[in-house]
Amino acid sequence: MNITPEQYQEMTKIASPNSKSYKNIPMAFLVGGLICTLGQFLNNLFISYGISTEIAGTLTSVSLIFLSALLTGLNIYKKIAKVAGAGTLVPITGFANSVVSPALEFKSEGLILGLGAKLFVISGPVIAYGTLASILYGIIYYIIKIL
Amino acid sequence: MYLKNGTILLKEPPSILSFASVVGKKEGEGPLSSYFDIVEYDTKFGEKTWEKAESKMQQIASQTALDKANLKKKDIDIMFAGDLLNQCIGSGYSARELNIPFYGLYGACSTMAESLSLASIFVSFNIVNRALALTSSHFCSAERQFRQPLEYGGQRTPTAQWTATGSGAIIVEKNCGAPYVKAVTIGKITDLGIKDISNMGAAMAPSAYNTLKSFFEDTNSKPNDYDLILTGDLGVVGSDLLIQLLLKDNIDISAVHNDCGKMLYNLKEQQVNAGGSGCGCGASVLCSLILKQIKDGILKNVLFLGTGALMSTTSTQQGESIPAIAHLVHISNDNVHIERR
Amino acid sequence: MEYLWAFIVGGILCAIGQILIDYTKLTPARILVTYVVLGVFLGGIGIYKPLIDFAGAGATVPLTGFGYLLSKGVKEAVNEHGLIGALMGGLTASSAGIAAAIFFGFIIGIIFKPKDK
Repeated sequence: MNITPEQYQEMTKIASPNSKSYKNIPMAFLVGGLICTLGQFLNNLFISYGISTEIAGTLTSVSLIFLSALLTGLNIYKKIAKVAGAGTLVPITGFANSVVSPALEFKSEGLILGLGAKLFVISGPVIAYGTLASILYGIIYYIIKIL
Repeated sequence: MYLKNGTILLKEPPSILSFASVVGKKEGEGPLSSYFDIVEYDTKFGEKTWEKAESKMQQIASQTALDKANLKKKDIDIMFAGDLLNQCIGSGYSARELNIPFYGLYGACSTMAESLSLASIFVSFNIVNRALALTSSHFCSAERQFRQPLEYGGQRTPTAQWTATGSGAIIVEKNCGAPYVKAVTIGKITDLGIKDISNMGAAMAPSAYNTLKSFFEDTNSKPNDYDLILTGDLGVVGSDLLIQLLLKDNIDISAVHNDCGKMLYNLKEQQVNAGGSGCGCGASVLCSLILKQIKDGILKNVLFLGTGALMSTTSTQQGESIPAIAHLVHISNDNVHIERR
Repeated sequence: MEYLWAFIVGGILCAIGQILIDYTKLTPARILVTYVVLGVFLGGIGIYKPLIDFAGAGATVPLTGFGYLLSKGVKEAVNEHGLIGALMGGLTASSAGIAAAIFFGFIIGIIFKPKDK
């Protein structure tokens, strides 16, 4: 073969179509923005019932997680995600989808080693590194405080 | 007869006695719909898991091929089968049901060409009378093994290919008329350093280039000696790259080339990005339209090139590049033996 | 107005994610990890709280908000319990979200069947 891997990488780059960013980015903005607006609406709704700000925030998250879980089960979330991309990935609903979808998928391998073990197969790193970062922050905060 | 670049000329070309294809719903909605033997709209094939569904699909394909030839399972001396699942369980379980002496193969998307090559060699050299070549892939079982859960929301990159739900079965025997298998070329692993598993066509194109060149050199033939050079399945990106690579050597296949991944779906409407992939893609296209047209003499000489990307989820996560392979089968409407020129 | 800002800020955070998907080699999993860690960092240095005051759900619903929640929980726990709070606060503050995902994941996982695409 009269071509180097570097030359071939270059050829591949030219032959491969790019993502349709002109469509993807506005759709991510739109859908992501709408999910957040829904969150704001739910939050205001809970507060209007006299619920404290903090609990209202928690209830908002839980409601969005429930909605996402339901839409995942009904085979609708991935259809929205196909056009919305990061718009359905970045909000908390994306986190819920990443927990519910393996639960659904891997229950065929049993409730313990399938559903149970695979529940965090996608979102595990998010929780792990989020928690690690927060511990690190806690230590730094403590040191700054006692200094 | 073994030639220096991996080509084996089959002196007494064996016949493809019977062939059958089974596909799922999405494939059944594609342009080749009317050529498949069976389109199953329940992609679970009445089974509990996707893996069992895939195995069931293989059993239906092989049974259909047997029925079309008026044969029973016991009439088959050996079967070569493979699929995409870990440890080839799709084939293992279908071989359990078929109860035929069984060699399991792993060649990723090249498995149809690989199994057909071996079946043809075994028959041509009188090792057995009748051999079965069988492969499958299932979108759902492949997706959950190699990528994400089915319900996970994500976007596919434009270079990604869609694993076909399909299975193909071919029975090979001597002196049963066209189509004939005249030669096979055993591929070498080629790896030009592509690591992107969403661009398997690009990873496999160099291996298709290598195998085609070997075959042309070994047989001293050229692209225009064939009605069709059919790769399975480089998709849009890989096909483009293969044509470019060969043009650098002044070999122009663009007039006779097509790709199973491009033929199985309406690329735009069915939203399959760069096209189909998986053992079932090449198998279902070959075992429907193509073999039928060779049998009817519409196509006289076809080079079928099964291309496979032989990575695993482990090798991908460890950052390794994709080793690719391509096996070639020369299928013809006549049985005039090709001389070594 | 608060709906508008929630829409715009939430939308921008998602659009940035899409830019990362389309123009970098980052996989979605890596982008999410980056968002959460970034949320912890921005929460820690005190930038994220003002954003939430301004954009409400536009800042709390994206995963950076999840990161902020972790940092907020840790800060409160350290204030109350000292160094051990660094281990306690994060998961306490985010417990409802994680538990809800597990709970609904289990229920939905049991009830529904995976479907073909």
